[in-house]
Amino acid sequence: MFRLARFLKHYKVQSITGPLFKLTEAVFELLVPVVMAKMIDIGVANSDKSYIWKSGIILIVLGVLGLTCSLTAQFFAARASAGFGTELRNALFSHINSLSFSEIDKIGTPSLVTRMTNDCNQVQTGVNMILRLFLRSPFIVLGSLIMGLTISVKLTLIFLIASPVLAFIIYAIIRKTILLYRTTQKKLDRASTLTRENLSGARAVRAFSREQDEISAFEKNSDDLYVNQLIAGKISALMNPFTYAVVNLSIIAIIWYGGKSVYSGSITQGEVIALVNYMNQILLALVALANLIVIITKAQASAVRVNEVFDLTPSITGGTDTHKGDSGIAVEFDNVTFHYYESGDNALENISFKVTKGETIGIIGATGSGKSTLVNLIPRYYDAVSGTVRVGGKNVKNYDLETLRSMIGAVPQKAVLFKGTIRDNMKWRDRNAGDSDIMKALEISQALEVVNSRHGGLDANILQGGKNLSGGQRQRLTIARALVGEPEILILDDSSSALDLATDARLRRAIKKSTKNCTVFIVSQRISSVRACDRIAVLDDGRLAGFGTHDELAKSCEVYREICHSQDIDISQGVSR
Amino acid sequence: MKGELSKTPLKSVLLYARPYMHFLVLGLLFAVVSVTLTLYAPILTGQGIDLLIGKGDADLDGLVPILVRLGIIAGVTALSQWLMSLCTNKVTYLTIRDIRNDAFRHLHTLPLRYIDSHPHGDILSRVITDMEQISDGLIMGFAQLFTGVVTIVGTLGFMLSVNVKITLVVVVITPLSLFVARFISKNTFRLFKDQSVTRGELTSFVEEMTGNQKVVTAFCHEKDSYERFSEINSRLGKISAKAVFFSSLTNPSTRFVNGLVYTFVGIFGALSVVSGSGLTVGQLSCFLTYANQYTKPFNEISGVITELQSALASAKRVFELIDEKSESSDSDLDELVSCEGNVEINDVSFSYDPAIPLIEGLDLDIKKGQRVAIVGPTGCGKTTFINLLMRFYDVTGGTISIDGKDIRTVKRRDVRKQYGMVLQETWLKSGTIAENIAYSRHDATREEIVAAAKSAHADSFIRRLPEGYDTVISDDGANLSQGQKQLLCIARVMLMIPPMLILDEATSSIDTMTEIRIQRAFAKLIRGRTSFIVAHRLSTIISSDMILVMSKGKIVEQGTHEQLLENRGFYYDLYMSQFYNEEDE
Repeated sequence: MFRLARFLKHYKVQSITGPLFKLTEAVFELLVPVVMAKMIDIGVANSDKSYIWKSGIILIVLGVLGLTCSLTAQFFAARASAGFGTELRNALFSHINSLSFSEIDKIGTPSLVTRMTNDCNQVQTGVNMILRLFLRSPFIVLGSLIMGLTISVKLTLIFLIASPVLAFIIYAIIRKTILLYRTTQKKLDRASTLTRENLSGARAVRAFSREQDEISAFEKNSDDLYVNQLIAGKISALMNPFTYAVVNLSIIAIIWYGGKSVYSGSITQGEVIALVNYMNQILLALVALANLIVIITKAQASAVRVNEVFDLTPSITGGTDTHKGDSGIAVEFDNVTFHYYESGDNALENISFKVTKGETIGIIGATGSGKSTLVNLIPRYYDAVSGTVRVGGKNVKNYDLETLRSMIGAVPQKAVLFKGTIRDNMKWRDRNAGDSDIMKALEISQALEVVNSRHGGLDANILQGGKNLSGGQRQRLTIARALVGEPEILILDDSSSALDLATDARLRRAIKKSTKNCTVFIVSQRISSVRACDRIAVLDDGRLAGFGTHDELAKSCEVYREICHSQDIDISQGVSR
Repeated sequence: MKGELSKTPLKSVLLYARPYMHFLVLGLLFAVVSVTLTLYAPILTGQGIDLLIGKGDADLDGLVPILVRLGIIAGVTALSQWLMSLCTNKVTYLTIRDIRNDAFRHLHTLPLRYIDSHPHGDILSRVITDMEQISDGLIMGFAQLFTGVVTIVGTLGFMLSVNVKITLVVVVITPLSLFVARFISKNTFRLFKDQSVTRGELTSFVEEMTGNQKVVTAFCHEKDSYERFSEINSRLGKISAKAVFFSSLTNPSTRFVNGLVYTFVGIFGALSVVSGSGLTVGQLSCFLTYANQYTKPFNEISGVITELQSALASAKRVFELIDEKSESSDSDLDELVSCEGNVEINDVSFSYDPAIPLIEGLDLDIKKGQRVAIVGPTGCGKTTFINLLMRFYDVTGGTISIDGKDIRTVKRRDVRKQYGMVLQETWLKSGTIAENIAYSRHDATREEIVAAAKSAHADSFIRRLPEGYDTVISDDGANLSQGQKQLLCIARVMLMIPPMLILDEATSSIDTMTEIRIQRAFAKLIRGRTSFIVAHRLSTIISSDMILVMSKGKIVEQGTHEQLLENRGFYYDLYMSQFYNEEDE
């Protein structure tokens, strides 16, 4: 957590003065019992009314000063911790932005999201509590002990025994409770899973008439949950009684030994009252401290997860070349080999091919054969382990990343759209695109009807994740997004899976017709999607098993023939009109 | 009791708590005991202190019985505090368990229409989160409220019994504490609401951008997204600073008010001792302790009331779900043990929304062993047809019969048992592979399960999994490919051998080998059985006895392949564009 302290650097003053004010408040608070003791011993014993008033006014002043200090401290702590949270999130977000695909794969996007949100909040809360309480609680305990010592060294021994006992009880119970509640949480998660499952599988459950079994499983989990909650409750409910008993035993001891001291004249009646008060204050401070430790432990765990992200360094940084390459060969793979993990099998092995500008290339193969991996190397989402990928005749590693990626229109497998208008989404690739560019792209991607069927046309709103669109509509819009601004290379990564065959066919024809100079890569599982391509690359377990036209491959490539066969494509006549 | 629960949520919760009332009563009893004793302790302490006047003047012998009593009281108080917690815990957790079980049980009697038309996240949060809120807020809150009130009343009583004048001092200053607490909690609530709105905005932005980081990177959109992020973030920072500050005011402010009460009790107490009105120093110390405790329950109560309000809102949401009307009971309907597989659809009409008719006047006569292909573009409404066949939804007109029996005259489960269903959207439950296959017949032996997997061509991939048949499927089968999941669903149906089938052919995203396996498994299943197939493959369609062509939720044409081609209608166009016009330039 200390590593993250750098985000407090703009709030140095607040982070130091906050706790200091807090300490001052604690000092005032510690003085109260002493003043009260004096009021009784001197004021009451001597029947001195003006002394009583004077002490009373001192107490009020102490209260007001305490409040002022405390409010100031809280104010600084709030400012500093909120500022800390803001800077931490900004830094983390921009760090995540700098990461390349392999680092993102390492942690996974869902986990990145939790770290960005939950963990950052947790750390922020931790910082706030540290600034507010971390100094105060131990100081009150220590202060009470010292004040006790000034009254009577002997009686303070009671404090010295009671405080560690209390601290131990509180800590042990909280620790145990946290562990027990973790099991409870698991049972609750299970209830959640069962409910979600039964909702999404309502048809299956009913189709197999398993309602009763599902209910029994849920009820069994409910019983387990109940038993766990009860046990956890039993332990956590021990805290108050235990501490209460210990504090009262200490008070009994104070009065008893205090009584003896009063008899012998070494301390006064008022001082006994003061000691009782200090005992109570120690208890309150220790409870606060225990809760603080829980919060800090949580914050610490979150801090570790946040730091893990900061520890990732982007493996891909751009080159300096900002000129788009201009060569007859649009894309070239030169003996490229790639694997995702150091120890993993090669996802691509010795791939070499050249693609002429304007060609349409189909890429086909079984799941896991390396189709997506291959096209991911073109915009340099990943770097080849050996060999070279060239775009426009230049090694992709030489390009400035933005230059390279602006040459390419990519349609990822998952059709993702963002909250905003259709127009906003269409301008992702080319920020300066006009409506006519957008309409043209929409027309090619067969998405005009999607836009026309919505109120507001291009200004129609898209909900987060494109929830108000069907899968097919989303896919067509993501294709349009990649086409805006006329990219030199278009990559369709299995991006027509949600389209019916007729729409898919129309889409491919439109792309072919309207993007003459554009080099197109079509990744697909369906022969029908790639058979019309100029050439088709057949991948088999990371190797190039064939590269040629449909007719050539249908004759010579065994892997290709197998795929055709599985998809009812008749190749016996070698005809494909 | 059903149907009205959500109108009086508090009463309904109590209704559920009724069997455990004795624990609640016991808990409240222990609460009274522990509060009373807690309040009595300072009086004893005071009495003890009164015996210690000064040097040579302290009645140590008199101190012994007082301290012994104090010790016993401390012990009893501690014990009754603990027992009180146990009792309230027991009532709370048992009541919540019962309500939750009822809610879950009810899910299975609700019509599918309800489940289809309500977001699952919403139903889920009623069964899980809202329930927790009730447990934290309503029942625990009730116990706290009770303890709080008893403490206040008790403190007042004890103080009055000791000294009326100083009690008045306490009573006069206390409203200040209430006022401060109210002011703070009102502002805190507002600010926290603002904070959570902004935080929600930030979270959803992060979910969108970081969740799709690869797209952001692919389009070099980092700068834009950072700008928008940091704008929301700085707004959050400002609100959060305010919210945190206001919420942290509670403790110092109450401490201050407490301090005031303490001081005034000290001043007026000391003055009364001096003026000889009968107050002793020990009683003063006892008052000082009360003054320290007195404002605490007030603050707690104001917190509890907010909790209670949100708990009531949660209870209302939970009971709304339980109140939702169930499907009509079918316990007195006939059983349908088995069937031949003749399905007759007679003048059936159906619509989800009365204003938009979907299926009208549909007639079909399917004989045992015949194959029906359902054809149409994506989203054409094939699920509607399946919904009707399996009686997930009821027809709005006409009849569907199996072997001449109207399916509405037999038990729902018996209708559904006649069909084996394998859909493209596979559903697997968390559990092992074997458990999932045995889902169709829970008494199946391991041998039968393996045999079913073998005939579904799933055995070989299952054996390659780390734990074979005992491999646990996580998260709706995240560790399996789409094709493998479908093979498991086929094995599941293989195990129960139903007379009729509903199958859904894959469109894509399945690798070649698996695709071949699925086809073989389908072929094996279909043999000799009446089957309804959502078909994408030409060979399946052509060899069917009947083709239903669907578009936009309606059945637009029906007939055999030849008949439909002759008609030159929708099917003809579809057929031409999908299977023949592939490469027209």
